[in-house]
Amino acid sequence: MARLTINGTVHDVNVAPDTPLLWAIREWVGLTGTKYGCGVAQCGACTVHVDGEATRSCQTPVSAVEGKKITTIEGLAANGTLHKVQQAWIDNDVPQCGYCQSGMIMAVAALLKDKPKPSDADINDAITNICRCGTFQQVREAIHAAAAKA
Amino acid sequence: MNHIPQLNRRSFLIATAAAGGGLAIGLDLPFGGPAAVRAADGSPEVTAWVVIKPDDAVVIRIARSEMGQGTATGLAQMLAEELECDWSKVSIEFPTPGESLKRGKPWGRMFTAGSRGIRESNEMVRKGGAIARTMLIQAAATTWSVPAGECTAANSVITHKPSGRTVSFGKVAEAAGKLEAPKDAALKDPKDWKIIGKPVKRLDTAPKVVGGLTYSIDVKQPGMLLAAVRACPVFGGKVKSFDAAKVSGMPGVKKVVPVGENAVAVVAEHWWEAKKAVDALPIQWDVDPEKAKVSSASIAAFMKTGLDATEAFVGNQNGDAKAAIAGAAKKVEAVYGYPYQNHATMEPMNATVRFTPEKCEAWASTQDADVALAALAEASGLPIEKCEFYKLPLGGGFGRRTTHDWLHQAVAIAKQMPGTPVKLIWSREEDMTQGRYHPATQCKLVGAFDAGNNLTALHMRLAGQSILAYVRPQALENGKDPFAFQGLNAAGPEGQFGYTVPNLLIDHAMRNTHVPPHFWRGVNNNHNAIYLECFIDELAKAAGQDPLEFRRKLMANHPKHLAVLNAVAEHAGWGKPAPQGVFRGLAQHMGYGSYVAACAEVSVSDKGVLKIHRIVAATDCGYAVNPAQIERQVAGSFVYGLSAALYGECTVKDGAIVETNFDSYNVLRIDEMPKVEVLVRPSGGFWGGVGEPTIFVAAPAVLNAIAAATGKRIRTLPLKNHKLRDA
Ligand code: FES
Ligand code: FES
Repeated sequence: MARLTINGTVHDVNVAPDTPLLWAIREWVGLTGTKYGCGVAQCGACTVHVDGEATRSCQTPVSAVEGKKITTIEGLAANGTLHKVQQAWIDNDVPQCGYCQSGMIMAVAALLKDKPKPSDADINDAITNICRCGTFQQVREAIHAAAAKA
Repeated sequence: MNHIPQLNRRSFLIATAAAGGGLAIGLDLPFGGPAAVRAADGSPEVTAWVVIKPDDAVVIRIARSEMGQGTATGLAQMLAEELECDWSKVSIEFPTPGESLKRGKPWGRMFTAGSRGIRESNEMVRKGGAIARTMLIQAAATTWSVPAGECTAANSVITHKPSGRTVSFGKVAEAAGKLEAPKDAALKDPKDWKIIGKPVKRLDTAPKVVGGLTYSIDVKQPGMLLAAVRACPVFGGKVKSFDAAKVSGMPGVKKVVPVGENAVAVVAEHWWEAKKAVDALPIQWDVDPEKAKVSSASIAAFMKTGLDATEAFVGNQNGDAKAAIAGAAKKVEAVYGYPYQNHATMEPMNATVRFTPEKCEAWASTQDADVALAALAEASGLPIEKCEFYKLPLGGGFGRRTTHDWLHQAVAIAKQMPGTPVKLIWSREEDMTQGRYHPATQCKLVGAFDAGNNLTALHMRLAGQSILAYVRPQALENGKDPFAFQGLNAAGPEGQFGYTVPNLLIDHAMRNTHVPPHFWRGVNNNHNAIYLECFIDELAKAAGQDPLEFRRKLMANHPKHLAVLNAVAEHAGWGKPAPQGVFRGLAQHMGYGSYVAACAEVSVSDKGVLKIHRIVAATDCGYAVNPAQIERQVAGSFVYGLSAALYGECTVKDGAIVETNFDSYNVLRIDEMPKVEVLVRPSGGFWGGVGEPTIFVAAPAVLNAIAAATGKRIRTLPLKNHKLRDA
């Protein structure tokens, strides 16, 4: 049993403590916006925020995040308004298949919180998510566009 | 304006069409005809292609699969162009193959590969729009008792010119749907296009940024269980035995089941529980000892035997290359090789299946819905009318989802639990080691010069694995594979060789292994373009000529190939000094109906660290439906192609694939992404593909630039296996 606070809602989930947060979110809580891509912290498709930090949920056991604030892609928008990263993604027509984009957006949202105006080098360091469709050129443009907004 | 992070109407339609399982069309009559056919919400169809609602919302049906390449938006643009509807009112939905079958395939083939979405269905889709427009106009004209010829349509409004009366599409759609559809309708002259050719935004973005798009892996069904599978790691091997008792007491585990002859699955309440159990499950494999000895080295040695074999299948020839080479003043020779690649779609293979003796349903994503439905019938043993395949959005395809081995597995599992929906998800490890791989090949090239340094002959001997021999043996010609010559053919949209050489011989020695090959974005063009374009640079060097000038002399008879090459050379500043330490490389190729070229700019540090700074790419796809999406496909294809060139390699040891995840099968990420500048240069008069063609030129342009930078010619991939500078 683990008590998880996800997008502001407390969920008591009946899972083994070593269950990766990814699968607890997807299959016990039922939020499927967070994706499975590799399971070994390589691709970033499963990125969520834990107390505001971008975290690869496939390698995070639920036991490590009890009592912490977890935000998934479904909880990124606040009070009915898209997060500026989500809006920049729409404005710049970023997603192709879209499968990696939940994780990409969560990683970028955390980056912009730390560094509101990231340089290209900051982006290269912080954004290591895999996108097999190859949206990186649009991702970079959209990060700068989002950063340019207040 | 507040942006509401819920699904808007448009995305909601996509999501419900997908998740809810098709359109739930109320078929008053099976083939359209004079009674209204109704969409799920009761709105009348004008034709099978178009539903128009009373509020003028236009729903366009898309038969082809959308896997990120943007084909759905492009096809909708083409239909909307002829329909003369208001683009801002357009949304899309995807019919199921079962509906298609019931209605006599009104949408044509659902197959989506070979960059065919737009190039093969453009006429059918545009006519779908034109016919619907004709019917809407007729319906309005009938209401007004005026000749249809006096009415025009624009922006979803029909106008009777003489009287100035107007009516919107939504008001006459019901009446239009009851009319007999005309057999044919004239298409607009391309010069009159208003929506085709515009860089409009994709129609399917909104749900993708809020985690709201239901992919196949996200499907939920009441009472659903989850399955994880392990197949014999040595291709062709079988399950000898497994010890279910060892794992059946593990948390959540419901059942351990054999899957076909070569795999075992664990079914559990949750996928994580199934995965843990299947990993712990003792399985004994029955493996052919010969296959268990196969390694990358043994495969390479086997393919090498094809390089000088006397028996080979000729794909393209003129003159007498062998004689010309024998009598040449100067000869240049090189051997190249290309390794196995995995598609590694971001979303691993998965499918949800519910089987009962009366019905078999699958929720999954596919690049070929017609074949997926047939596979469902075959695997379930039920007649096809009792099967339905609900198409979901694809988390990447790249060719992998044209084949349905994973669907067969999901059905085999579901059949052992009748009535219970079971979702099978492959782990990334399973996806990497049970792939259908880009074939490994080798190539020996020999060029001959006369005393004046003119190229007199070229012999290109391909040796390696045939995709067709494995996937579609019936398409072979007397056991030979004409498809091996993609991009090297004497003529035709599947890839015309772009040079004129007085004595030319291109032939293929098939060398098949037990590793299953498949179509992989770009397919045989990938290695063919590397072999040819790198060797052309080697020939230019041997002749002491500039690679661009050398090519130009050979390309006078191929103006379309030459035009895109000239475009990238000019835009990149070929012949002008590059920035300090930066070197350029060129490549051109033709395939899937399009002409493409690239100029790459790279630097290689003293320590041998490669940086790809910029790639200028040009494509002539005949007609460019959406330049913004074309740019994205070009840049994306470079990521895919360069991932392969830099890192991609599935090695074989003891008959099995070694690389199991992205830690050992690395791919390009944002820090290595070059700046991509795209020149969309449609010359008109033909429809070429977009999703694949530019991938052909990414790797050879970069390899040529590396050779320019270092003087060292790399002839085997991936680059990670090479030191770019000698220590
Ligand atoms: S699924 Fe977690 S990093 Fe790939
Ligand atoms: S958009 Fe398809 S993997 Fe990133």
